[in-house]
Amino acid sequence: MNILSEAAVEKALDKKMNDVSYKMIGQDVSVYYGDKRALYDVNLNVRENTVTALIGPSGCGKSTFLRTLNRMNDTIDGCRVTGRIALDGDDIYDPSIDVVELRARVGMVFQKPNPFPKSIYENVAYGPRIHGLARTRAEMDAIVEKSLQRAGLWNEVKDRLQESGTGLSGGQQQRLCIARAVAVSPEVILMDEPCSALDPIATARVEELIHELRANFTIVIVTHSMQQAARVSQRTAMFHLGQLVEENDTDKIFTNPDDQRTQDYIMGRFG
Amino acid sequence: MSISLLLLLVAAIGVTGYVGGNRRAQALAGGRLSSLHSRPGYYGSLVAIWALLPAIAVLLVWIVASPVYIGSTIRSGFPEAVQAEPQATQNLNYNMVGAIARGLKLLTPEERATISADAAAARALLSSKGVPLAADPAPYMVEAAQNLDRMTTTSRMIVTVLVLAAALAGAVVAYRSVAPRLRARNRVEGVMLAGLVGASSIAILTTIGIVASMLTEAVHFFSMVPAWEFFFGTVWDPRFAAAGATDSSGQFGLIPLLAGTLYIGFVAMLVAVPVGLFAAIYMAEYASSHFRSVAKPLIEVLAGIPTIVYGFFALASVGPFLRDISAQLNGLATGSYASFIQAQSVLTAGFVMGIMLIPYVSSLSDDIITAVPRALRDGSLGLGATRSETIKRVVLPAALPGIVGALLMTASRAIGETMIVVLAAGVAARMQLNPFEPMTTVTVKIVNQLTGDLEFTSPQTLVAFALGITLFFITLCLNIYALYIVRKYREQYE
Ligand SMILES: Nc1ncnc2c1ncn2[C@@H]1O[C@H](COP(=O)(O)OP(=O)(O)O)[C@@H](O)[C@H]1O
Ligand SMILES: [Mg+2]
Repeated sequence: MNILSEAAVEKALDKKMNDVSYKMIGQDVSVYYGDKRALYDVNLNVRENTVTALIGPSGCGKSTFLRTLNRMNDTIDGCRVTGRIALDGDDIYDPSIDVVELRARVGMVFQKPNPFPKSIYENVAYGPRIHGLARTRAEMDAIVEKSLQRAGLWNEVKDRLQESGTGLSGGQQQRLCIARAVAVSPEVILMDEPCSALDPIATARVEELIHELRANFTIVIVTHSMQQAARVSQRTAMFHLGQLVEENDTDKIFTNPDDQRTQDYIMGRFG
Repeated sequence: MSISLLLLLVAAIGVTGYVGGNRRAQALAGGRLSSLHSRPGYYGSLVAIWALLPAIAVLLVWIVASPVYIGSTIRSGFPEAVQAEPQATQNLNYNMVGAIARGLKLLTPEERATISADAAAARALLSSKGVPLAADPAPYMVEAAQNLDRMTTTSRMIVTVLVLAAALAGAVVAYRSVAPRLRARNRVEGVMLAGLVGASSIAILTTIGIVASMLTEAVHFFSMVPAWEFFFGTVWDPRFAAAGATDSSGQFGLIPLLAGTLYIGFVAMLVAVPVGLFAAIYMAEYASSHFRSVAKPLIEVLAGIPTIVYGFFALASVGPFLRDISAQLNGLATGSYASFIQAQSVLTAGFVMGIMLIPYVSSLSDDIITAVPRALRDGSLGLGATRSETIKRVVLPAALPGIVGALLMTASRAIGETMIVVLAAGVAARMQLNPFEPMTTVTVKIVNQLTGDLEFTSPQTLVAFALGITLFFITLCLNIYALYIVRKYREQYE
């Protein structure tokens, strides 16, 4: 009886494990900027086709963790990462991994919209061109159109693809950056406070977009807005002082968090 | 009283005024400094300013006005016959009077009497005192000199009194005006602002003055040589200026000089642009911050080397080297050891000028490349671009307008550069395309035309001003356009 029930529990657990497939795995991830430690042994996995929100007071290491996922920290002088981060089971810090290829698979959208000072078309075509994703002009046109459509920008810009991307409004620029990231068909898209420079209407459009993108991409988003995390994400990870406090279903985090610090942060007691 | 002693006295009044104003303000405040409008130092400064400025103004007016007034008075006392002489001779006479007057101060009263009686004895006597005269003075000169001496002494006394009075009056008035509600700070700052405005307008006015003087001389030149002959003439052959002749006997074609200037500048840019730009890209994008902190100042030191040093380098090393190596090459190829590169040539001058320009190109471009926002680089790297792809496709295109501006500024330096071309380019004003032959530039010809015996009435000399103003306008246009481009580029990223 006893044995049976234990087996049943195990079976149930197994089933649960099998349901979840992890796109990226972070084990004991620590990051140092020079002598300063910014992350302390973070264990955080990212589920496939899920939006994972990273929340926490500013300076707690959200962006730092996000950037370890596509090795953007490599571009910062004196930054050192330890621990293991895997994409589909392969360690991305392994010397045999080509960082260029990694970043094609794990794209990034930044806090401030940063379109290149080029035409809208060229902004979107930039990635595909670098990675040789289109052989003909027609193929490139198709990629550009599809990416802009996915980013919900096509109808607004289809008549002015040759105009400069920097001439768009802030919200349009950010969606252009999302289209640019989408154009290389990444598997994961990292977003670092993508709406912090946008007005509420533009923010709503981007959030809507994130919802739609979830069908095709795995998304990790840093946000300082609780409401945004609650609206767009399925999983939420709470950081504090360089440590992962807890990670759970978004509903659970926002209704009944395990950790007092999460509770306090969500209630606006610090941050 | 000598001027320096006078200035010292005025300064002393100023310092006393400062201390006095300061004290009075503190006394008025009675320990509660907050009841003063300004800190006590400002009251002190205000008093000092009132002591100094009027006094110095009086002194300046005297320095400018008194020689003019005294001079014209003395001259009007010259005999009729002398006054009828040409202006140049009169000037000489007046100078002699001045010299005698200076000598008079060194003489005893008896000696003065001797001179007054016998003008012919003056020259020997004065030269024994260390005041040489060019000729024996005429009797009226000695008389005039004595007048001059008297007038100078009186005018000095008057100015001393006036300046001291102005300083004291200013200080007293300002001292008595010190009151807690006096806005001393605002006034002192107003005076300082006026000083700053004055300093910057001096710079601007000097520029305007230089241009104006060049323009007047150039207009003078164009009254002798038609402008179209100068601007479109293809032959440069100014001949020599025959003494006294004012007709234009030579040919003053600008085109060959301009061709040389542009050709040498082009060769220089050919050397400087790739090297400088690549250096800048390395420094801005690849070099470690440690290397950068060493290399950047080093390159900037290179920019501070006087160009005459580069000129030596061209003359003594590069030119002979190119000549010899061309002889060797020719020997290997044809068996005849005649050098086909001359020591002074477009290539020599252009190459060395190019080396001189490398630091300008690299440090200007470096600033512009580093000004490209990091966000753009991150955006590109985040899409999986390599570093060099990012540089090629994002950073350089974004920096391009600024770099073009920097290159235009560099080009204007190349065009105005003088010492290197004087030593390395040669003086032959020719129009040809062989970079191994000497050519000459506008700047070289300016130097040539202004060396030696000058007569500022002949077109041979005046052409230098026409050349100068042409050069000035070319570089001015280049610089304005470059600044415009750079500024527009800056705005893009504000
Ligand atoms: N480039 C950097 N160099 C040095 N320290 C950094 C750098 N970026 C971030 N940090 C430090 O790392 C810590 C975490 O920063 P970050 O990840 O940007 O926080 P968050 O995104 O949560 O606000 C902060 O203390 C910050 O000062
Ligand atoms: Mg951040």
